[in-house]
Amino acid sequence: MSGFQTNSRVIKWIEHRMPVFSFLDHAVGSGYPAPKNLSYMWNFGSLAGMTLVIMIVTGILLAMQYTAHVDYAFDSVERIMRDVNFGWLLRYIHMNGASFFFIVVYIHIFRGLYYGSYKAPRELLWMLGVVILLLMMATAFMGYVLPWGQMSFWGAKVITNLFSAIPVFGEGIVTWLWGGFTVDNPTLNRFYALHYLMPFIIVAVVILHIWALHQFGSNNPLGIDAKGPQDKIPFHPYYTIKDTFGLGVFLIAFAAVIFYAPNYMGHPDNYIPADPLATPAHIVPEWYFLPFYAILRSIPDKLLGVIAMFGSIAVLFVLPWLDSSPVKSGRFRPLFRLFFVLLIVDVVALGFVGANPPEGIWLVIGRVATFWYFLHFLVILPLLGVFERPRPLPTSIGEPVLRGGGAPVGATAKPMEKA
Amino acid sequence: MADIATSAPADSGETRRDFLYLAATGMGVVGAACVAWPLIDTMNPSAEVLALASTEVDLAPIAEGQRVTVTWRGNPVFIDHRTQQQIQQAEAVDVEALPDPQPDSARVQKPEWLIVIGVCTHLGCVPLGQKAGQDRGDFGGWFCPCHGSHYDTSGRVRRGPAPLNLPVPPYTFADDTTVVIGEGEQAA
Repeated sequence: MSGFQTNSRVIKWIEHRMPVFSFLDHAVGSGYPAPKNLSYMWNFGSLAGMTLVIMIVTGILLAMQYTAHVDYAFDSVERIMRDVNFGWLLRYIHMNGASFFFIVVYIHIFRGLYYGSYKAPRELLWMLGVVILLLMMATAFMGYVLPWGQMSFWGAKVITNLFSAIPVFGEGIVTWLWGGFTVDNPTLNRFYALHYLMPFIIVAVVILHIWALHQFGSNNPLGIDAKGPQDKIPFHPYYTIKDTFGLGVFLIAFAAVIFYAPNYMGHPDNYIPADPLATPAHIVPEWYFLPFYAILRSIPDKLLGVIAMFGSIAVLFVLPWLDSSPVKSGRFRPLFRLFFVLLIVDVVALGFVGANPPEGIWLVIGRVATFWYFLHFLVILPLLGVFERPRPLPTSIGEPVLRGGGAPVGATAKPMEKA
Repeated sequence: MADIATSAPADSGETRRDFLYLAATGMGVVGAACVAWPLIDTMNPSAEVLALASTEVDLAPIAEGQRVTVTWRGNPVFIDHRTQQQIQQAEAVDVEALPDPQPDSARVQKPEWLIVIGVCTHLGCVPLGQKAGQDRGDFGGWFCPCHGSHYDTSGRVRRGPAPLNLPVPPYTFADDTTVVIGEGEQAA
């Protein structure tokens, strides 16, 4: 942790009055030592941050062209698509950016789940991440309403109606959310206001997330603490360049979808203007909500269905205290690995269930998968810590590499020249 | 508080301070709540929205067996000119066995005219069945495509996740062929 140094007079002048450069150096520069064994799975945090920036920039520009009124919203979006200079590009970036944001964040979350990044002393870091996920979901949901297509309208109606399941106050809360007797102009206006506000709240929580991260630094694929400076390398240039490379790969995939399949992840019904008198035959949420939607529908009771859906995220808040194993990384937990794969299969299955009508085999799969989801977090994880025999941990981050054996990480790695 | 203050040791200023903290915080919370309410209430529908009048419907052109959708307060209202067979079907049901028990007679003013709000009580979709050829579900009434609730010819939920029957809006018959939705007694 070398102190920040510079020869520039201007930087010295500013630094003396407001130490912003040393702050940045300490946050994402050479003054921030990170474990030297971070894999590409550790790219997705900064990637999520970049996606957030892309969404805010395109969103502000779109807001300059959009009209939040039930009579004009749909047409104003069509105008963006047809007439506004590069409007199609802005909208396709923003629209697909939401999907890519969730792809990146879901990978980021499952990385944390596998490597035990939620365990002490990073519980608060993890919980702030769950808060970000919730904010993202709210923001994405409200943004999807703005084009005022059929899926916008009916998605808004169904999701706001979830709150009517609350006993006694339900109806009052829903009327309050709508500002009327149904999803209508007041609803569209407030969703627009909140959709513009919430990304900035996300930025604020991201800052807290990074603050909490920097208290103990990144976890790593081995899940053991760095024993000293020999186990770490400076964030800049090592991880700035690795993150930038990852960003390039990400942008290639992102651009491929934007330019060649911009509507692949959307739903054609949303190009039909909202009609409050006719529900589309088959309502589905955006793909990133499908597992949660499946949980909602798997439970025949309205209130319990809503509780289960919110519970599926609430359980993540207490995850650090549900997983009783002291070993962080899944690499050294043979049984946990198995159940982790099952959890991924389970969540993907829930996604397919959410995309299909709740009938026949899908209903059965949905119920089994919902049951398994909660079983995994509430029963399996607490028991695993007791009954599982973890494999021996390496004594340091460097050991598996330098000895070329003992742990699976060393299988292909040769001693680095400089690391 | 006073007792504690007098029984406290010489430097009893601590206790007085505690009391002041509590009292000030308490007032602050009450004040914040008083300020918060108007802010929260702006999001509720205003009186002008609540007053959103009534919808007058001419029933004369609606033939027996025909269903018509009108808009009231932004929501679809189903008007069903029921046939004798549909009425009998609705009345013949064992009321106690229903998820939301209501006799057909409590849901209509004139048996041939069933008037219900066409919003599924599960999550707010508009059930199918108003147009010819649409799926009317297994009970001859309406079928909600979103999550599969079936309603009968009285608009009562018979199967599926919906907890309640389709609600009956307040309405009155101005004359034999005119109904005013939004005025009059709220049906049971």
